[in-house]
Amino acid sequence: MRVLVSFIVGATFGVGLLISGMTNTNKVQGWLDIFGAWDPTLAFVMGGAIVPMAIAWQLTKTRKPVFAESFPSPPDPKIGRNLVIGSTLFGAGWGLAGLCPGPAVASLSYGGIGGLTFMAAMLLGMLIAPRVRTRLDQMATAS
Amino acid sequence: MHIDWIYGLIGGAIIGIAGAIFLLFNARIMGASGIIGGLVDGSGKSDWQERAAMVAGLFIVPGIVALLMGGAQTNVTGNLVVLIAAGLLVGVGTRLANGCTSGHGVCGISRLSLRGIVATGFYIGAGGLSVVIFKHVLGVI
Repeated sequence: MRVLVSFIVGATFGVGLLISGMTNTNKVQGWLDIFGAWDPTLAFVMGGAIVPMAIAWQLTKTRKPVFAESFPSPPDPKIGRNLVIGSTLFGAGWGLAGLCPGPAVASLSYGGIGGLTFMAAMLLGMLIAPRVRTRLDQMATAS
Repeated sequence: MHIDWIYGLIGGAIIGIAGAIFLLFNARIMGASGIIGGLVDGSGKSDWQERAAMVAGLFIVPGIVALLMGGAQTNVTGNLVVLIAAGLLVGVGTRLANGCTSGHGVCGISRLSLRGIVATGFYIGAGGLSVVIFKHVLGVI
């Protein structure tokens, strides 16, 4: 059942990304482009997504998950160096191509060679990320 | 063009419902980079079927819907060097930060996670700066 739920979640997520326009890189870059023809769509997508999700988080306080023992524990509030460095690198790439991981997968079948190229590079990046993390940790302890 | 925000809101709500189902049924956080990354680097070996099923749904179903709609535009740049650089940055960055737009953005902000809010601030800031530099200053995108 958990596997079936996962498939349905992926499918629903993808359809939402498609309908919202978030697999169209022009709309993402248009939102980030505050000095150009600014496109507000992404803010509506974020707002629309946060509402059901916030309700779900509220429900976790009084209920048990359907197909699991317990809900994920509260996040570690610590703001680490990797969170800041990682998010900055991610944002730079996100602005450059207008793609982030979810939409990159969702649009893979209709994104042509460009979408495939981005995906290949992203997967390579994810593969080498543990090594980058180790390196950053070494640099931090050395200094 | 002027109704795009309605599609944004509806599509956004669908994304949020997907995340809500994942949380309430499987007790999992719908973060695309974490789910994919765990498959790539082997850290998600124990629940690979669930991860693979999620990625399969995310890949197959929008493709079918796009086909039924008569095709969808991604408007991805044709500049492969830009795409490779961007992909590497997104891949390394999201794994270092332990999250992307879905995990830190949608799932994190909705539970008022400080990490999610800070991460979102940094990737939006860097994204805006990236567009300014590469579009308006250098003109490569």
